[in-house]
Amino acid sequence: MAQKSDMAQKSDVVHHYLRPKKKFPHVWCSGCGLGVILGSLIRSIDSLQMSKNDIVVCSGIGCSSRLPVYIDFNTLHTTHGRAIAFATGIKVAKPKLKVIVVTGDGDCLAIGGNHFIHACRRNIDITVILANNWIYGMTGGQFSPTTPTGSRGTTAPYGNLEQPFDPTSLAIAAGAAYVARSTVYHVNQLDKMIKGGLEKKGFSLVEIISNCHTYYGRLNREGDPVKMLQWQKKHAMPIEAARKLPPEKLEDKFITGVLHDVDKEEYCHRYDRLIRELANASRERS
Amino acid sequence: MKRVVKLLQGNEACVEGALMAGVRFFGGYPITPSTEIAEGMARRLPTIGGRFIQMEDEIGSIASIIGASCAGVKSMTATSGPGFSLMQENIGYAYITETPTVIVNVQRGGPSTGLPTKVSQSDTMQAGHGTHGDYYAIALVPSSVQEVLHFTIKAVNLSERFRTPVILLLDEVMAHMREKVDIPNPDEIEIVERKRPTVPPDWYKHFALTATGVSAMASFGDGYRYNITGLIHDELGFPTAEPSEIVAMLDKLKQKIVKHAESICEFETNGMEDDPKVAILSYGIVARAAKQAVIIAREHRLKVGAIRPTAIWPLATDSLRKRLKNVRQLIVAELNQGQLINLMKQHIDQRHTEIIPLQRYDGEIISPGQIFNKIKEIKHHGSEI
Ligand SMILES: Cc1ncc(C[n+]2csc(CCOP(=O)(O)OP(=O)(O)O)c2C)c(N)n1
Ligand code: SF4
Repeated sequence: MAQKSDMAQKSDVVHHYLRPKKKFPHVWCSGCGLGVILGSLIRSIDSLQMSKNDIVVCSGIGCSSRLPVYIDFNTLHTTHGRAIAFATGIKVAKPKLKVIVVTGDGDCLAIGGNHFIHACRRNIDITVILANNWIYGMTGGQFSPTTPTGSRGTTAPYGNLEQPFDPTSLAIAAGAAYVARSTVYHVNQLDKMIKGGLEKKGFSLVEIISNCHTYYGRLNREGDPVKMLQWQKKHAMPIEAARKLPPEKLEDKFITGVLHDVDKEEYCHRYDRLIRELANASRERS
Repeated sequence: MKRVVKLLQGNEACVEGALMAGVRFFGGYPITPSTEIAEGMARRLPTIGGRFIQMEDEIGSIASIIGASCAGVKSMTATSGPGFSLMQENIGYAYITETPTVIVNVQRGGPSTGLPTKVSQSDTMQAGHGTHGDYYAIALVPSSVQEVLHFTIKAVNLSERFRTPVILLLDEVMAHMREKVDIPNPDEIEIVERKRPTVPPDWYKHFALTATGVSAMASFGDGYRYNITGLIHDELGFPTAEPSEIVAMLDKLKQKIVKHAESICEFETNGMEDDPKVAILSYGIVARAAKQAVIIAREHRLKVGAIRPTAIWPLATDSLRKRLKNVRQLIVAELNQGQLINLMKQHIDQRHTEIIPLQRYDGEIISPGQIFNKIKEIKHHGSEI
């Protein structure tokens, strides 16, 4: 029998984790980057060799936040912007669970921005998969906190007047332990970045530049999914290469790879230590 | 066993009750007059293997306790008006996802920042209709520090039994006043645990339609993998837009509360035995004044009674009407501009029972004397008491 191609093997793995029956067709537009993220997340989880029962995937509201519904784990589709706060409760209550949040740029950085920075600050062991498509997809193309200045959204009909922020810098400044960026074009790199995040004991963020051709692409004349992926290919600059280049050469580029990776005590670990110390102290007293 | 009696503040009694009921996770954000509950939980929980987290706001607090409850741990938060407002969207989420949670709202004067350190009952309506959409709430209203302890246990029990958020509605005075509290022995109290599934994972439905309206609940990590969503969902927890499934789910959520109104909401009465024609209806701290007013009135040979519900959501309306059968004038006393009174007008036949308001919203409590004056006024207007 012929060996299955690398591609076919990768897709077999994905099928093993999709929910059977009823859940398909999915709600996404064909060609949306979110499908790539789904595949990559599954492969990364698969590489951990953990039981499906010990994995929780939590999300807010948005096209990206629909992702958990399709995959066979403990899944919690919550309210807009709040996924990280729900995930915090799950993780603190049952630290043995691997807790993953799938979110969008609006969900995570606008309405959920406060929960996001405070989860970084606590360095709680949650992996946030941020699908950044620079737009509010689900509600039909309004600008988001990552929409570039001047780009169009339905609520920025004359171009966005605001400046975007960079979620990776925000996460690093707020105290995250692992921060990486990739794109839906660079799938192999993406698999690695997510795996790195999942393996990190502490707060990890993987920002993924994803295409929403239906709204961002159309409103900004950036064309179809293929053109948008080509744009990603052309403008992504791996951090190793970027370090060697002068700033002028990086002007129209965005940096990909592991941007930040530090070891420090994780929140639940600290709490466990407190519980043990209090128990010891009470034993000594009695 | 030796009885343990303590002098406790309402908020402290709430902490005791929660720990006895098995609460092992608390997510909260400080706000007067509820803060002592968070402080007590922060101190006590880690000493018994539980966990406390101070969240970044109240939206996060309620989200965290829903998450913790999904992970199988009894969970609670505590707040006051402004925080309670912030929690509303996720209270609806706990309701639609049938996740047991307890929310303590220590009422203070509102709206907005209002009167942070003053007593009020102006969240009476919000407790029942705060979140958007059709929603059937449970809100318990204790009236002594002793009851705060017992009702906290009851709130946890009801949330587990019905798989729903339960609100414990206190007020600033109840939270801060100190009273003697009999600490029950653990074997004297009933502790309810949510029903766990016994079927194999393949058969499990997280939102099964059952005869009682309540279905077994697995926790994350137990080997039952399922989806939870705040979208209208089918029995398996997947979003649905099928009209019959929508109706089945909303009806189930409603019926499991409404059908049990008579067991959730009880009544305490004082001086109702000899069928007085005038009675006072109130809840919480005001019911304490009403009880005293009945004593004063009776000393003045005025036949008056008092009645108070132990829950305002849902109200046991059948029992209420039965108890008010002979009452011609009902004084509804409350610390707001008229909320409980509207509920009463909805449920009581005003051709038979006149409803008389007694409202105070200046940050002070209604005194027994104030109620007694109202009774005298009624007498003065020619009513036979
Ligand atoms: C409290 C609240 N406000 C607004 C909405 C409407 N809403 C739903 S999704 C969304 C934006 C989603 O954008 P993003 O997170 O970027 O996800 P995408 O759809 O682009 O993947 C908004 C504003 C909501 N559901 N809840
Ligand atoms: S609207 Fe945009 S983000 Fe949403 S599914 Fe379509 S392409 Fe993807």
